[in-house]
Amino acid sequence: MGSVRWMLAKDLRILRRSPALSMLLIIYPAAIAVLIGLALSRGPGLPRVAFLNEIPPSRAVITLGSTRIDTTRYERQLFEAIQPVRVSSRAQAIADVRDGSTIAALIMPADLPHLLASAATSAYVQVIYNGDAINQSLVETAIESKLAQANALLAVQLEKVAGSYIDLLLSGGRLNFLGLAFNVLGLRDSAQILDGVLSGLPAHSPLAAKLTPVAAFAKIAVNNLASAKAVIGAVGAPIVVHQQTIDGRRTPLDFYAVAIAVTISLMFVCLLLASGTLALEREEHTLERLRRGLVSPSALLGEKSLLASVCAVFVGFAMLAGIGIFVPLDWGRAGLWLLALLGGALAFATLGVALGGLVRDVRAASLLALLVSFPLVFLALVPAGSVAVGLYDAIRVVSAIFPFKAALEAVDAAVNRSSPSLWAALGHIALLVLGFGVLARVGLRR
Amino acid sequence: MSAATLQAQSLTKRFGERVALRDVSFRLESGEILAVIGPNGAGKTTLLSLLAGAASPSSGEVIAPAGERIGWVPQHTAVYSKLSVLENLRLFARLERVGDPDGAVALMLEQTGLRERAGEQLGRLSGGNRQRVNIAIGLLAQPAVALLDEPSASLDPRQRERLWRFIAARAQAGTSIVFTTHDIAEAERYAARVLVLADGELLFSGSPADLRRHGSGDIESAFVNFLRDRGH
Repeated sequence: MGSVRWMLAKDLRILRRSPALSMLLIIYPAAIAVLIGLALSRGPGLPRVAFLNEIPPSRAVITLGSTRIDTTRYERQLFEAIQPVRVSSRAQAIADVRDGSTIAALIMPADLPHLLASAATSAYVQVIYNGDAINQSLVETAIESKLAQANALLAVQLEKVAGSYIDLLLSGGRLNFLGLAFNVLGLRDSAQILDGVLSGLPAHSPLAAKLTPVAAFAKIAVNNLASAKAVIGAVGAPIVVHQQTIDGRRTPLDFYAVAIAVTISLMFVCLLLASGTLALEREEHTLERLRRGLVSPSALLGEKSLLASVCAVFVGFAMLAGIGIFVPLDWGRAGLWLLALLGGALAFATLGVALGGLVRDVRAASLLALLVSFPLVFLALVPAGSVAVGLYDAIRVVSAIFPFKAALEAVDAAVNRSSPSLWAALGHIALLVLGFGVLARVGLRR
Repeated sequence: MSAATLQAQSLTKRFGERVALRDVSFRLESGEILAVIGPNGAGKTTLLSLLAGAASPSSGEVIAPAGERIGWVPQHTAVYSKLSVLENLRLFARLERVGDPDGAVALMLEQTGLRERAGEQLGRLSGGNRQRVNIAIGLLAQPAVALLDEPSASLDPRQRERLWRFIAARAQAGTSIVFTTHDIAEAERYAARVLVLADGELLFSGSPADLRRHGSGDIESAFVNFLRDRGH
């Protein structure tokens, strides 16, 4: 233990005398914490979209039966998803998209109210993109999501109109058409009148024989039209989503992003420090001296791992505290945060010393650490169902062999109470620490 | 001759297919100064690494009396550039578990003439001064055997003279010295015995005077003649 203490003190002194690295260790988590906090607490900026409304103001309101639908209401709804730049013509809209001043153009054609009112064909809005795949995806998602909401609201309005006509047919009432008012009898009253007439006729009257099927039809029509209202309601929203989450509580995306950011920082600090400090021993040729029995290989690897882990836990906790300013985190679980951070840090640090044992200088160690870590992050974040089943199984195996996924699960469980549990993740981490510890011992013998 | 302080028995070291050292045996007497010379790639550094315990032999063994310390000064300066002279010495004194680390450090600073530069970071020192620290670290624990791999390589003549005076004093105090060098005249001047290695084989073990007999001129010519006669 004595040699570990002296080596730790030495490495800390060297760190203190490396101002660039020390500043990076302080500034990096602070900057990341602030950026993530701002990103999570403020919504994304709206895409600038050229907007042309070709609907004459006089035709902006359409009348369906007794219901008036104001199309400008849907225009306002679309504006929640975009930053509109009003233009006066299609040519100007296209020019704006071409020169990049807007990333798309949205055109509401003049016949939109007419098509909505006629219900013969679907009404449409036109969107013009500049061909940039990312921008197109951004605008497409924003507009389609708002358009879906507008469609849903419109369906409700149309359902009301259809429902009022059915009520009129069933129960009767006054109908206004082309400025004229009519009294409509209604199927229920018709059936009652027919029943009254039939009861007053002699039993074998030829008229009764003719009216009986008409009265029966009126009753069937009353019953079925009453059901039709419910059917129209269902057609307005044929499928609604009833959410059910299996396998424990899942983390909301905002909070999951916090866990990802902290784990990535933990990984970088640990991998770079652990691999770098071990590689420095080779670079300075001091490893040969130490290997002569001054410090045992296990003690040396343990010292480097401990140093990297303690620094990374400090960085990770500082990040959580920083993000906590913007996002409400449960400080009552701070003890579990520390446990998860320490577990994750130890796993990354052991991987770091395994990498550091393979190379001869600090630069190579840093490069190797970055080369290894980036793909691991991407692989661990590939969602199930986004790739072929066989490929996803392979990704799961690779993610299980390296520490990022396990560390992310531990941090997520500690911060967000997600599943799998913190203890399961820590068990996985313990196995990884053991495995990479053995590899590091082998690497150090080189 | 006094008792042996170190023995190499049939030392062989392989790096894959390549044999860096082949069946090398010799014994080192107490207080003896032994020079290991040979062309580049002869196996000098490998031999000292094996004797120092910094590497393990593929076969054969190194026998050292139990409890005796072996000091090692590697060819490359093995020091921490971000630490000062004092911090480097103090760290290694503690890692070597020297009884009185501060006393040993103070003595070594005095003997190597580094006291004035004790507070300076190694990275800011000249190659010669870094080598002095390298040597000081190797000898901090007052070892019974000191293994020095090209100790004078980066020293100027004045520093070199001071180094050899220091080593001679150590030898007189009973420390056995093994050093490697490319400077054959230096080997003749300071060593009592010379080992000649070539391609990993021990070709000669004897006094510098015996080696000189292989040529008519100076010892360097004799050394070259010797190697040529042996097919190297």
